[in-house]
Amino acid sequence: MKDFWKRFSQNRGAVIGLCVLLLVVILSIVAPFIYTKSPWAMVQRPFIPPFTMDAFLLGTDPMGRDLAAGLAHGARVSLLVGLVSTLVSLIIGIPIGAAAGYFGGWVDDLLMRFTEFFQSVPSFALAVVLVAIFQPNITSIIVSIAVVSWPPVARLLRGEVMSLRSREFVEAAVLSGQTHLTIIWRQILPNTLSPIIVLASMMVAAAILIESSLSFLGLGDRNVMSWGYIIGAGRTVIRQAWWVSFFPGLAILLTVLALNLVGEGLNDALNPRLARKGR
Amino acid sequence: MRRLLFASLAFSLTATAVLAQAVPGGKLNLIVQPEPPSVMIGITTNAPALLVGGNIYESLLRYDENLKPMPSLAKSWTISDDGLSYTFVLQDGVKWHDGKPLTSADVLFSVNDFLMKMQPRHRNLMTHVESVSAPDDKTVVFKLKEPFEAFIRGLSFYTMPILPKHIYEGTEYATNPANDKPIGTGPFKFDEWKRGSYIHLVKNPDYYLKGKPYLDELYYQVIPDGASRSVAFETGKIDVVPGGSVENFDIPRLRDLPNTCSTEKGWEYFAPLSWLWLNNRKPPMDNVKFRQAVMYALDREFAKDVLWNGYGKVATGPLSSKLPFYKNVAPTYAHDPAKAKALLKEIGYDGKPLKLLPLPYGETWQRWAEAVKQNLGDAGIPVEIEATDVAGWNQRTSNWDYDIAFTYLYQNGDPAIGVDRNYKTSQIAKGNPFNNVEGYSNPTLDTLFDQAAVAYPAAKRQELYDQAQKKLQEDVPVAWLLELGFPTIYNCKVQDLVTTASGLPESMRDAWIKK
Repeated sequence: MKDFWKRFSQNRGAVIGLCVLLLVVILSIVAPFIYTKSPWAMVQRPFIPPFTMDAFLLGTDPMGRDLAAGLAHGARVSLLVGLVSTLVSLIIGIPIGAAAGYFGGWVDDLLMRFTEFFQSVPSFALAVVLVAIFQPNITSIIVSIAVVSWPPVARLLRGEVMSLRSREFVEAAVLSGQTHLTIIWRQILPNTLSPIIVLASMMVAAAILIESSLSFLGLGDRNVMSWGYIIGAGRTVIRQAWWVSFFPGLAILLTVLALNLVGEGLNDALNPRLARKGR
Repeated sequence: MRRLLFASLAFSLTATAVLAQAVPGGKLNLIVQPEPPSVMIGITTNAPALLVGGNIYESLLRYDENLKPMPSLAKSWTISDDGLSYTFVLQDGVKWHDGKPLTSADVLFSVNDFLMKMQPRHRNLMTHVESVSAPDDKTVVFKLKEPFEAFIRGLSFYTMPILPKHIYEGTEYATNPANDKPIGTGPFKFDEWKRGSYIHLVKNPDYYLKGKPYLDELYYQVIPDGASRSVAFETGKIDVVPGGSVENFDIPRLRDLPNTCSTEKGWEYFAPLSWLWLNNRKPPMDNVKFRQAVMYALDREFAKDVLWNGYGKVATGPLSSKLPFYKNVAPTYAHDPAKAKALLKEIGYDGKPLKLLPLPYGETWQRWAEAVKQNLGDAGIPVEIEATDVAGWNQRTSNWDYDIAFTYLYQNGDPAIGVDRNYKTSQIAKGNPFNNVEGYSNPTLDTLFDQAAVAYPAAKRQELYDQAQKKLQEDVPVAWLLELGFPTIYNCKVQDLVTTASGLPESMRDAWIKK
């Protein structure tokens, strides 16, 4: 663990990313305590510019809603969507990838053709279609994002499992009479953990972006304040009130960047042999 | 300061008086949005078709902003004392755009034949009519089955355009080639239609009013993208932006441009009124106290000022204040969340969340749904907004599959034409999103509305409608929101742009450009 942290901290970008990410997490946790009112509450006159009133540091949107409250509550939604949809896509992707890599042959063929079917459709377009069919709400959005993001997990895992499949410790496990399930679960999966963790951190970032894009297009959950929604609603007044779209945009940029930096840092820390020199 | 104001006001009044001498010449660029399928308004009657076609075809009457009839193709008219016989005398020297003279035969053909086949709205009006006859070339007489005072307001270009008999008689109306090159009697003649680009009308030099129209040419530009429409006005490519053709959020910016004027007039005939359908069949909306609580919870002033840029008016009840027989009767409902809470407590409302179906007509309506959700939430009614598209909205409301739903409807000049359809028991029928969708049923009110429609003269109708308004405002079958205002934004050089209750479609004959 000490080694891990040491290697991680050598990547300065990753440390900065981690700090930003922690900040966003803290913000999302304390949001309901500092902004006790609903972020939809119309609390002041519309179009108050940022940094002019202490009570409304980031100003108000076209309907007099507190932008800072919207950002704080939006952080919860964005993180929630990012984490849960990544978790769901791991749950779909890992068994498919593991089975394909472990059994090979026709199982592999079948599962990989199935995976390619999903990969051949542009993921965002598919997400838009899915959300439109299932009516936009937070569950359908999470499921749609998961459905379009699991193929890379399956492919990554298949490769990892295939290379581990022929290792001696796996063969030893086979000889000792363990069932396939036990071998995959006990022997192989633990060894694929590090690339999955790295991939997952990137996927969270991608999921946040997809959710924001959906909300921007008006396909978000109408009852949930998310960053993408604020940008989408603010877009129409960008010439009168730049701040409405700017701050949530900045929040998305920083969060996604932070997640990517952390992902890179994890990569360095978890695969020391692959770590790039000279940092 | 005040004196200065008066002085400057007086000066500007005299200044306009001096300048208000119409000068002929010039062309005008307007927006038509969206591009209509046709401008033959005997067949196609959506707003963009009317905007253009209203210059080509005319009807017997026009209406001023109080919906008082004014001469159009009829130069004079008399109504018999019993209210059963309407006699119209046509203008002299009216010619169709192909040179043939207009006679009473054209009117008979349009009223008895063409429009009966092509327009359901006209058929509805004609259910009150016994017969139409033409004693001579210049006179048309309508005999009614029963007094129907609203009839005098049903003769607009929108309900009863007069069409050329010599072109349409004996042909298939819907496919007659003249539909693509319309021949009317109006102040402007059809010249050219470049699909996807513009519709071009030119002055009718033989128009029966000498000296009119003043303008030489009208271009109705087709610009499909909302942002581009705003920019086209900003750059001066467009002189007139008809109400409703740019997004609400662009309006303050355009209105504040230099040398730009705006007017809310010209919507008196349609009188669009918005409200929330409250599904009276389902609890808790079946409880009148709950519905009253909804009215108290809504902050409609906020919606008007913030979402509609201050245009329009908070509705007091089922009639738009622009409609004849409107009266500001009690009870009315000001924004009062405390009262709403008290009412909810009284009925022991359980706080079960309700679903709100917004109108899928763009940003303004979406924001409005959010504001209503917030208003109701503050009063203790939790609401979830549902996502929908136009087809979904139509289907859900016409099949009564909703709790609370947004809508707005035209009131078309008279409560007997455009209002009672939303409240009478006989109008409860699935499959139509414009009738009694809320499912309100009250025999007393049915009788009131039925009597008011055929009462005569107008004073008698007024009495009955006063009672109907009071009854409805007590029962709150739907939650009335705003009389919507759709401002027309235009370059200040254009004068007399809106001179009738239907606005731009009819007023181009009076418009002129200040040099």
